[in-house]
Amino acid sequence: MNKELTRQQYLDLYYYMRLNRAVEDTMVKLFRQNKIVGGLYSSLGQEAISVGTAYALEKKDWLAPMIRNIGALLVKGVPARDIFTQHMAKYTSPTLGKDGTSHFGDLEKLHIVSPISMLGDLIPVMAGVAIGSRYLGQKIVTMTWIGDGGSSTGVFHEGLNFAATQKAPFVLILENNQWAYSTPVRRQVPLENLADRAKAYGIQSYIVDGNDVVAVYVTAKEAVDRARNGEGPILIEAKSFRRMGHAQHDPAEYVPKEQRAYWESRDPIALYEKFLSGEKLLDDKSKKEVESKIDALLAKDRDFAENSPMPPPELAEKGVYCTGDDCHKIRPKWERPLAEVTPPKSSIAAVWTVEGFGAGKGSGGKNAPIHFGDTAETAPAVSPPEAEEEAIEEKLAPRTPVKVVAKKSPGRNGKNGASTRSSKSVGGKSAAKSVKPAAKSSAGANGKSSDARRAPAGKARR
Amino acid sequence: MASTNGHNTDSQVTFLEAIKQAMYEEMERDPSVVLIGEDVGVYGGAFKTSEGLLEKFGWERVIDTPISESAIIGAACGMSYVGLRPICEMQFIDFIVCAFNQITNFVAKGHYLWNAPAPIVVRGPSGGGVHGGPFHSANPEMYFVHTPGLKVIYPSTPYDAKGLLKAAVRDNNPVLFFEHKYLYRRIKEEIPAGDYTVPIGKAAVRREGKHLTILSYAAMMHNSLEAADALAKENIEAEVIDLRTLLPLDEETILKSVKKTNRVLVVHEDTKTGGIAGEIAAILCEKAFSDLDGPILRVTALDTPVPYSPPLEQHFLPNTQKVIATAKELARY
Repeated sequence: MNKELTRQQYLDLYYYMRLNRAVEDTMVKLFRQNKIVGGLYSSLGQEAISVGTAYALEKKDWLAPMIRNIGALLVKGVPARDIFTQHMAKYTSPTLGKDGTSHFGDLEKLHIVSPISMLGDLIPVMAGVAIGSRYLGQKIVTMTWIGDGGSSTGVFHEGLNFAATQKAPFVLILENNQWAYSTPVRRQVPLENLADRAKAYGIQSYIVDGNDVVAVYVTAKEAVDRARNGEGPILIEAKSFRRMGHAQHDPAEYVPKEQRAYWESRDPIALYEKFLSGEKLLDDKSKKEVESKIDALLAKDRDFAENSPMPPPELAEKGVYCTGDDCHKIRPKWERPLAEVTPPKSSIAAVWTVEGFGAGKGSGGKNAPIHFGDTAETAPAVSPPEAEEEAIEEKLAPRTPVKVVAKKSPGRNGKNGASTRSSKSVGGKSAAKSVKPAAKSSAGANGKSSDARRAPAGKARR
Repeated sequence: MASTNGHNTDSQVTFLEAIKQAMYEEMERDPSVVLIGEDVGVYGGAFKTSEGLLEKFGWERVIDTPISESAIIGAACGMSYVGLRPICEMQFIDFIVCAFNQITNFVAKGHYLWNAPAPIVVRGPSGGGVHGGPFHSANPEMYFVHTPGLKVIYPSTPYDAKGLLKAAVRDNNPVLFFEHKYLYRRIKEEIPAGDYTVPIGKAAVRREGKHLTILSYAAMMHNSLEAADALAKENIEAEVIDLRTLLPLDEETILKSVKKTNRVLVVHEDTKTGGIAGEIAAILCEKAFSDLDGPILRVTALDTPVPYSPPLEQHFLPNTQKVIATAKELARY
């Protein structure tokens, strides 16, 4: 784990962060020219989170962005022009103008689920994609994002708890940008670290400096690998700061000047450039090349969007219902034998055993099976051997995961309210197997690349 | 007698058995069909509608969940995105409102907004008359009939329940399927042995008549038919139509009947304000005003929560006598 990235990976991360910012800069211009019909939400200063986390996914994996995750969409392969046309409500946009912003998806090729504006709803949905794919035999991981604000919704709890009970291969990135519109995180959640919420679900968690793209990537990669290996859902808290207002209309005057200044000095792209130059991975020439490549691409995509037509009004009437096979052929992609999920192979006894329940004299010291209703007598004769039955139950009715959260405390609240001074701390799995700081991680706070502040890992917290 | 495998040798099946058969047969036919809900597995569902499914289809296909309706619907939605066809059980349909946002904002809008169909079925026991009290007796169908993108089914017979549930599972859209719990064990019907479906969006004429049309669905269908029998003795021939699907509504069948009878009475167990009767009245005013010889009348529950105590609940619910009285009043026009 945590081996150095390849040169290409380092440069990819750079490219996507620059692209993310350039796309959003372009949209700010479009917004000021009144070419964006609705709101415009910025991820300025949070690009390392979207890019670093999504970069840890494989092509077959699924993601669902929230409003500040345009970077994740770009990494997954969404062309910039789709983002422009969406915001400009054009007929050429992925939703044909029916929705805006990052509210679009692609079930077939890119495996992206569209968000809705209500926060947290994506969590059970992506848990469902994860367990559905697992059922089909696909070894995929799903990922979505939630803010510090969104972590207070009821469905965050329902979704994450359900994902945990199912051991869903699901990674949730909690972007703690410290502001939910105008409400600071301190007034939303009485926790120093929002990753602590993971403990309530018996799942693993990490805390990472969200302005350190390498640390974000390495952490996310480890989490994605672990989720894929069946360890269950993982929560990553990425600490960062929302540098713009909630949306373009909001000057965010409620944010303390010192806090803003602190985080502006820790711009994730600037930090990364410094790191890359130090590692001789980037010089003025290659930086120029990236810039011109992006400029050319975005000029083209912006032209496309600006010259695209608006949708025909009658389109508003269309598409409420799927009309059947002519509209969508819904066919799961099985990657396991169907015999495994159909009788008689799927048949089991509907009996519930609880560790320690009835483990007394009456049951001969064994766990007593709990039968409900008529099911005891009518358990089919085709029941598989007990061992197999137990294996199935173990897999599908998992108990609380044994391992506890790797948990660290990357920083304290400064007196000005700015939290998280930590640099690229990367979460470790356990005390025994401590993970090195993000190797060759980019410059963290103060630009020192070696001051990873690691938390005491899991067992310290037990 | 009930069996655990969903098949029944008795040719007369209850409403409940019909539901069970539909789920069993759909799961047997198509491994992409899964069941998810509270206590649907080991326990076989609060009303035993999923009894035997876990034994047959296993833990991966019959998923017991935490008490988290939003998670149930959300997860089902996610599963449908990878090509599965989940059936979600709400233990009592009253609890569907806990997942209101998931259903109305996520599931219902997906196809329209981003071309993402969500072929899920949300089903559960609904309706009053069994002293379930204010939180176990609801008829929340109209919250959802008001939501474009959903289909809403509310059958009244075992035959329809089975055929419509199968059609719902095979439909590419999110379908809400209400099962009136008063009917679960009270009515029996012979149903065909083989596979069949009943089309969604089609009403059924249950009784032909010429003096007035009674439009109803679910448990009130049976009261309406009872009323029609009584009315016939007084030479009032009521045509009784079972709406079966509330969204999309079968306007064609309704309009055809109204053209013939010129009088309309809508009977539903749902409360009056905002019930489907009001919508039907509006449609008739728009499309069949000149066919009407009298006002469109309604027999519905009162505009109150469902009260618990039997005399209160009986007073709250519509009944056969109220249907007869209102029909007579209408027939005078």
